[in-house]
Amino acid sequence: MSSSTPLARLQLRGITKRYPGCVANDQIDLNIQAGEIHALLGENGAGKSTLMKIIYGVTQPDEGEIRWHGETLKMRDPSMARTLGIGMVFQHFSLFETLTVAENIALAMGRQAGTAQQLEPKIREVSKRYGMPLEPERLVHSLSIGERQRVEIVRCLMQDIKLLILDEPTSVLTPQEADELFTTLRRLASEGCSILFISHKLGEVRALCQSATVLRGGKVSGHCIPADCTDLELARLMVGDAQGLETRHAKVSGANLFLQVDQLSWYNPDPFGTSLKDIQLNVRSGEIVGIAGVAGNGQDEILALLSGEQPLPKREALRISFAGQPVAHLKPDARRQLGLAFVPAERLGHGAVPDMSLSDNALLTAFQQGLVSKGLVKRSKVVAFAEEIIRRFAVKTPNAETAAQSLSGGNLQKFILGREIMQNPKLLIAAHPTWGVDVGAATAIHRALIALRDAGAAILVISEDLDELFQICDRIGALSSGKLSTLANTLETNPVEVGRWMAGQFNTDAVLS
Amino acid sequence: MDIDLLSNIFFAMVRTGTPLLLVALGEMVCEKSGVLNLGQEGMMLFGAVTGFIVAFSTGNLWLGVMLAMAAGMLLSMLFAAVALGFNANQVATGLALTIFGVGLSTFVGAAWVGKPLTGFEPVVIPLLSDIPLIGRMLFAQDLLIYLSFVLFALVAWVMLKTRIGLIVQAVGENPDAASAMGLPVLRVRTLAVLFGGAMAGLAGAYLSLAYTPMWAENMTAGRGWIALALVVFASWRVFRVLLGAYLFGLASIIHLVAQGVGLSIPSNLLAMLPYLATIVVLVLLSRDPIKTRLFAPVSLGKPWQPGH
Repeated sequence: MSSSTPLARLQLRGITKRYPGCVANDQIDLNIQAGEIHALLGENGAGKSTLMKIIYGVTQPDEGEIRWHGETLKMRDPSMARTLGIGMVFQHFSLFETLTVAENIALAMGRQAGTAQQLEPKIREVSKRYGMPLEPERLVHSLSIGERQRVEIVRCLMQDIKLLILDEPTSVLTPQEADELFTTLRRLASEGCSILFISHKLGEVRALCQSATVLRGGKVSGHCIPADCTDLELARLMVGDAQGLETRHAKVSGANLFLQVDQLSWYNPDPFGTSLKDIQLNVRSGEIVGIAGVAGNGQDEILALLSGEQPLPKREALRISFAGQPVAHLKPDARRQLGLAFVPAERLGHGAVPDMSLSDNALLTAFQQGLVSKGLVKRSKVVAFAEEIIRRFAVKTPNAETAAQSLSGGNLQKFILGREIMQNPKLLIAAHPTWGVDVGAATAIHRALIALRDAGAAILVISEDLDELFQICDRIGALSSGKLSTLANTLETNPVEVGRWMAGQFNTDAVLS
Repeated sequence: MDIDLLSNIFFAMVRTGTPLLLVALGEMVCEKSGVLNLGQEGMMLFGAVTGFIVAFSTGNLWLGVMLAMAAGMLLSMLFAAVALGFNANQVATGLALTIFGVGLSTFVGAAWVGKPLTGFEPVVIPLLSDIPLIGRMLFAQDLLIYLSFVLFALVAWVMLKTRIGLIVQAVGENPDAASAMGLPVLRVRTLAVLFGGAMAGLAGAYLSLAYTPMWAENMTAGRGWIALALVVFASWRVFRVLLGAYLFGLASIIHLVAQGVGLSIPSNLLAMLPYLATIVVLVLLSRDPIKTRLFAPVSLGKPWQPGH
């Protein structure tokens, strides 16, 4: 037991946590040294979140002990963890939307925050030093997902930090930004801060982390040095069977134009939002078009306009059309009748109602599939429909009556995507389809999208994950400050070029392909 | 309409609006922390009867005020124990508290109905009270009204300018995140509920010791409920709570003045005026959905327990 290595900063011994019906953590051991970047790998449901919550004092373990600098202690609550110098960046952000960036940070810092006048320059300085620009006076509800994550990270960096826990931190960053974050993390580590890094992007773990602990089914399935392992070996530790994890899907060129967006400009009345300028976009039936870009460059706006949540006045109806039919003035339900299906970025709250059961959530968008007759809901058909989704898309859930919020992110996303695909859409618009989703679920989601494409649907994917876009898309473009680059065939471009487009270096006057 | 009449109307407006202001301020802080306490009416009544009995028996008005606040806190403690401690439904618990408070105050106060008491007298501040129009309104009131000015300023300052206000708002918006940050969610909420109870007790004491110094069953006449509506229509903004409370006071006075002048509008219709005017104005003010969302406590009324 007593290893001869220098006193670890954090040691976990035999941590066990049981929930009714499952053992979330089973005898977990973990060592993190000072200045070490340690990866925690595992599928959703493997017990990573529970373990992090235990380290951070959100929940208490049933058995086992936590040693901090060799001293056994009981992590009573998060404020104790914070006092010890443990910071955490959550996957589901723990920010207060109605407060400003500075107020959010001040809340976390406690008394040492000082006045707003003292704090704001400090925030600017820290965020600049680590390459994460922030405007302290902005309200959080007006920030994009990517910007919110910056707030979370900066919030931790503002304090004297000894151990930083990051849950899927790079999922919302461009490759360049991720590299910058790694530089930041390496700098932090060289200053003596330990980092516990949770990611599903195996390449990243290999590039960044000195050691890794892999969890599977609540148990430690292996320790390894990521640099010495291939992605496939790591993935095998996580999922057991790593079939089809590394596939590049064949590219196709599609058939007739389905979605056409013609010189779409939209002024955003929200002073913190992005206005769109001359968006020119088309998607053919039977192809996947990807739009890359850093959050906050117009993604939310373009999604709202395409889904119909933000309809345009009738005289601009021609700006968006489905198979030649103008739709820009139509509401979401009318567009759905014309063959649209939509998977929004936010799973809980936008894609699904957290408190409602899966079958009720299925009914929400699929009510036109013969589930309702004469205003009455056909209960048995709804349940059968939901169970069909669960079966076909391998959603892990006890049954169709489980509340949406109790599913892990990956499983819920499979369910939402399944719900949309089962309606045989002619056009599927998916935003960040695999954000915060584990490798296994992401692969399943990609396969489902490809299958839908091969069945002849037009698919538009908006994502911040370039690897993902290059894996599944046939054509690709990038959004920057409300402008869209021209679309290029994926085979004729590369991530570096798209990265330049994401930074706004493209000529909008170039002729469309 | 001459200037004296206007000055009188303003004076009476503040007197009529003050009990609403007090109870609504307490409820606003309570709701900002995410707790919906529908027991305001019950707490007010229990405060009113307690304050009256103590003041009548001891002859000490301030002791009456203090024990009225304590009485309001006592009932709110009951609410906190059930709704926060045992995670019961807040709406049901609050309704039960009102029914309990109404019954309890009637029972306790049965022997005291109609007894005469010399309540708080106006304290006229020389010179300042001679300012035309607003002089009497601001500087010729009783001490409890001056106290309400101070409490209003205090609540506004704490909620808008201090870390405590930030914490209350954070706890009301996202208790999970607040807890993850190490903020004591249940303690903050309990304190907010107790503050709401004390303010309701004080509002009750104002009614039975200053506004109409006597005790009568149900003397709050639904003010606790109006305060609840006021907080919502004021979209949880402290200055709008003040505006709404005084607006209600003004409309109540106009209804009396109109009757005095002998307008031929049926008095039943005029009696609706305060409710209608207050709601219409505040609804017009809260048209902007983005701004309203910014101030609404998102987790209002949702039970919460630490660790999942």
